[in-house]
Amino acid sequence: MSISLLLEMAASSDPDRTAVVSGDMRLTTGELSSLADGGAGVIAASGAQHVAYVGTGGVMLPLLLFSSARACVAVTPLNYRLSPDGLRELIDRLPTPLVIADAEYQDVVAGAGKQVISSDEFIESARTAEPSAEFPDPDDVAIVLFTSGTTSRPKAVELTHNNLTSYVTGTVEFGSASPDDAALICVPPYHIAGVGAALSNLYAGRKMVYLTKFHPSEWVRLVADEGITTATVVPTMLDRIVAALEATPAELPTLRNLAYGGSKVALPLVRKALQLMPGVGFVNAYGLTETSSTIAVLTPDDHRDALAASDDAVARRLGSVGQPVPGIEVQIRADDGTVLGPGETGELFVRGDQVSGRYAEIGSVLDAEGWFPTKDVAMLDESGYLFIGGRSDDTIIRGGENIAPAEIEDVLVEHPDVRACVVVGPEDPEWGQIIVAVVMPSQGASPDPDELREHVRKSLRGSRTPDRVVFRDELPATATGKVLRRELVDEFSRAREEQERSAAHARSRKD
Amino acid sequence: MIKNGTRLQSQVCDTQVIVVRSADSLDDLRAGGAPMIPIGEEKSSDASLDPAFSDGTLMGKRYVDENGAEVLVTKAGVGSLSVGTTALTVKEAKPLPASD
Repeated sequence: MSISLLLEMAASSDPDRTAVVSGDMRLTTGELSSLADGGAGVIAASGAQHVAYVGTGGVMLPLLLFSSARACVAVTPLNYRLSPDGLRELIDRLPTPLVIADAEYQDVVAGAGKQVISSDEFIESARTAEPSAEFPDPDDVAIVLFTSGTTSRPKAVELTHNNLTSYVTGTVEFGSASPDDAALICVPPYHIAGVGAALSNLYAGRKMVYLTKFHPSEWVRLVADEGITTATVVPTMLDRIVAALEATPAELPTLRNLAYGGSKVALPLVRKALQLMPGVGFVNAYGLTETSSTIAVLTPDDHRDALAASDDAVARRLGSVGQPVPGIEVQIRADDGTVLGPGETGELFVRGDQVSGRYAEIGSVLDAEGWFPTKDVAMLDESGYLFIGGRSDDTIIRGGENIAPAEIEDVLVEHPDVRACVVVGPEDPEWGQIIVAVVMPSQGASPDPDELREHVRKSLRGSRTPDRVVFRDELPATATGKVLRRELVDEFSRAREEQERSAAHARSRKD
Repeated sequence: MIKNGTRLQSQVCDTQVIVVRSADSLDDLRAGGAPMIPIGEEKSSDASLDPAFSDGTLMGKRYVDENGAEVLVTKAGVGSLSVGTTALTVKEAKPLPASD
């Protein structure tokens, strides 16, 4: 089915309900639906085969998702933080796009040689345009999202109408939200969680309140002012909210659920958040762009049970991503493809209608039985709880031994002097790769590298002890909290080459 | 077999559905006792609501039969869904917390 139908159902069952609040703009489901019809007319009249959006989101995201669907073209929200060159490179990969940009990004896309209109112009024209409401084929691509490309060239993930509606109808009951429910959305529009939020909250009948430029105190203010009941944040946002609440305690009486995801959240932060917001149910959501958002959920009850557990196996689940959502099958496979049992670590494969696994220019990477290789290292426990141990590409091979950086990071981050850390494996002539721990110390702390190495050695095998510990004031990361490991590895490799060069230089001078 | 994504309407009430998962059984899908027809097709004037199938459909609910067929109600009506004379049942879903 088409994503248009989600809006059609919402608008026909309750046209006067407030659907979107974004800055000064408030739209009912009925208004959103007529504006999307007009928007489809604007897109159809442009002759474009694709819609690209450069901006911070808010009402523009649901509006463009549904306008594009009703015009039967795919839409791509782009990362507005990219450089002008980076943006143009991605726009050039889209077929005859109409580029719609917020005012502040007009200059950036002006030189792209494409049809460009501003977000304000688009809304203005949509109000008066000849409406259009075509029905796309359910197997047509609805949304193309670029992966963040932290390790390689960004890949263009194609999500069909069926992928997205399978996710929404399979995980959300239509109209299940209470009339006073409100979701606070601060994940960026180019992220799959942003797309998921726009579709699933509309379908649940939950008012969507947008915070397009995240700031922790603004987030706390909006929770109070708009009576927010559910919210989703990426790890860096959770970290800043926790810091803000520690500095200035605030009541969040309406907030029932706070979901976190996007990348791994360190356990000390989860525990601190639980402690600071005792009345809030925490949700850990795990998913990939290629899986149309969430595929596993650690529920509020799971969090409470894990915290209260005396049984180690249950307590450990605080660090898991929970159980697969309905419609998703999971398998853990060894390198040779053998399916592994509970407790064994391998690569996570997933299958289900919401899984796309298809890229523009590359095609489908699903295997013959429809399984998608996530490239995530994972393990299932006896009760089917899923544990994610980082990207398989990040695995360090030191002296022939495979080492998952996540295993070391999980131990290191529990040290009181460590605020955040990342473990990388730059190349080394002797070991192949060595283990370097990059540590951002806690405020006021100046940890001793040997003490941190000892801390790891106490919990893990000796071969997992970092060869080096280096300190940084912050870790390079994307806006959604993915650490840019590649940057660190490159930096260390360059430093080593530099060292070798000067050593060779010194030798040649001695000769 | 009817195609996934096909939208059907009742001839005797307001019910509309979309086929989420097709099965041969859906060839005999009925609402209010009368065969469902593709949206846009003309309703038969002599079809009438069968009181035995008048419990109604619920907006946004998924209905299933024993053959694995699944339809989603996109518009509610007073007739109820059946394959032949066997009523479809509402697919009960475990509520999940909002995650995005």
